Amino acid sequence: MEHHSNIVPWQMLCERKKAHLKIIPMNQKGEIELDKLDQLLSPKTKLLSIIHVSNALGTLNPLKEIIAKAHALHIPVLIDGAQSAPHLKIDVQQLDCDFFTFSSHKVYGPTGIGVLYGKKHWLEAMPPYQGGGDMISKVTFTETLYNDLPYKFEAGTPPIGSVIGLKAALEYLQNLGFNAIAEHESRLLNEATEALLKIPGLQIIGSAKNKVGVISFIMDGIHPHDIGTIVDQYGVALRSGHHCAMPVMDFFKIPATARISFGIYNTSEDIDQLIKALYEVKRVFKK
Amino acid sequence: MNLQDLYQELIIDHGTHPRNCRTLCNPNCSAKGYNPLCGDSIQLYLSVEQEKIIEASFQGSGCAISTASASLMTEALIGKTLNDAQKLFHQFQILLTTEDSTPLDLGKLSALSGVRAFPMRVKCATLPWHTLNAALKNETKTVVTETIEKTMIETSNE
Repeated sequence: MEHHSNIVPWQMLCERKKAHLKIIPMNQKGEIELDKLDQLLSPKTKLLSIIHVSNALGTLNPLKEIIAKAHALHIPVLIDGAQSAPHLKIDVQQLDCDFFTFSSHKVYGPTGIGVLYGKKHWLEAMPPYQGGGDMISKVTFTETLYNDLPYKFEAGTPPIGSVIGLKAALEYLQNLGFNAIAEHESRLLNEATEALLKIPGLQIIGSAKNKVGVISFIMDGIHPHDIGTIVDQYGVALRSGHHCAMPVMDFFKIPATARISFGIYNTSEDIDQLIKALYEVKRVFKK
Repeated sequence: MNLQDLYQELIIDHGTHPRNCRTLCNPNCSAKGYNPLCGDSIQLYLSVEQEKIIEASFQGSGCAISTASASLMTEALIGKTLNDAQKLFHQFQILLTTEDSTPLDLGKLSALSGVRAFPMRVKCATLPWHTLNAALKNETKTVVTETIEKTMIETSNE
């Protein structure tokens, strides 16, 4: 159920290291098949990387269980939190993940930057990936001593303005309160799911038991791109396409979905407007 | 910007009930087109005899705009010479990308001129046509929308 950004870098690494990428299967509801995980893990497994929340389906993955299974075999775990960081309260120490990543623009911050959390012992063991600027503590022509964490990974002139913007965005979210955000979006998710299911010919893709405020859907005989263009004219912005998760589309044997994704700014009235717009889609297509 | 201009009766008709949507038994000219951003794909087949298109058909998956465009294109191509087909490709590009007070009259194809007001959808409508262009040039590589702009610039510089 991964986003391409949690597939492609690993394929690139596998090619370099002659490693093998294994995929945890998912079921028709769009949930990880947790019971298949044990047979995929082995003492040779170097890393388990998994999306926290599927951007294409909304599925919230059972990280505690997954991390415990991996750690039992001393396998470090990386969590792709791009789709969870804006919606849920995240405690990396409680999760006990080894790495956690998320993008600034998904938490209402500036584009082009993101956050990598890593347990100290891993980050200390890792060499810098870029050289120059603040990542040094001393340089001579014969050798360079690296700076302490986190500077070791912060070579060059950083995107200072963007980082300050990200801080403001995170403070804004923290002031709203992540529990309040999750509660608000969960209410919208339930309302919208119920309303969407009443529309004849509409099918929700991804019906995991635990979901955040993301709903992917398709409509009989109407391509998601046409849905997107029409609802746009009624003031509803949804995303249509493969959501950078082509393997998910292949799994459900569909070319694309239309997807709504709730944020802090959405209201019940937005759902009413969406439903009205979707009936306009049906009217245009005589469905 | 008007939805009625985009989703005209003719577009909905051809988008949901495309004509010539099949393979050809013995095409002597064909090409593939693909838009990686949305996943639309098309395989175009032409049967050409003495520089004239005798049959044209397509298969693939896409939105109503790209399907209607492919359907109307195949209808328009049948009976045309290769030269006229090439000309029509350029005229269609102008129809969709140039703001003009006196729009070209391309018959049924003019129904697609509403796409011009929806820049996000221009590639949907032009994908079948770029695929045609590749077929006419005997290109074997799949036409990918994200590299088309570059080709268009190169063509206009020629």
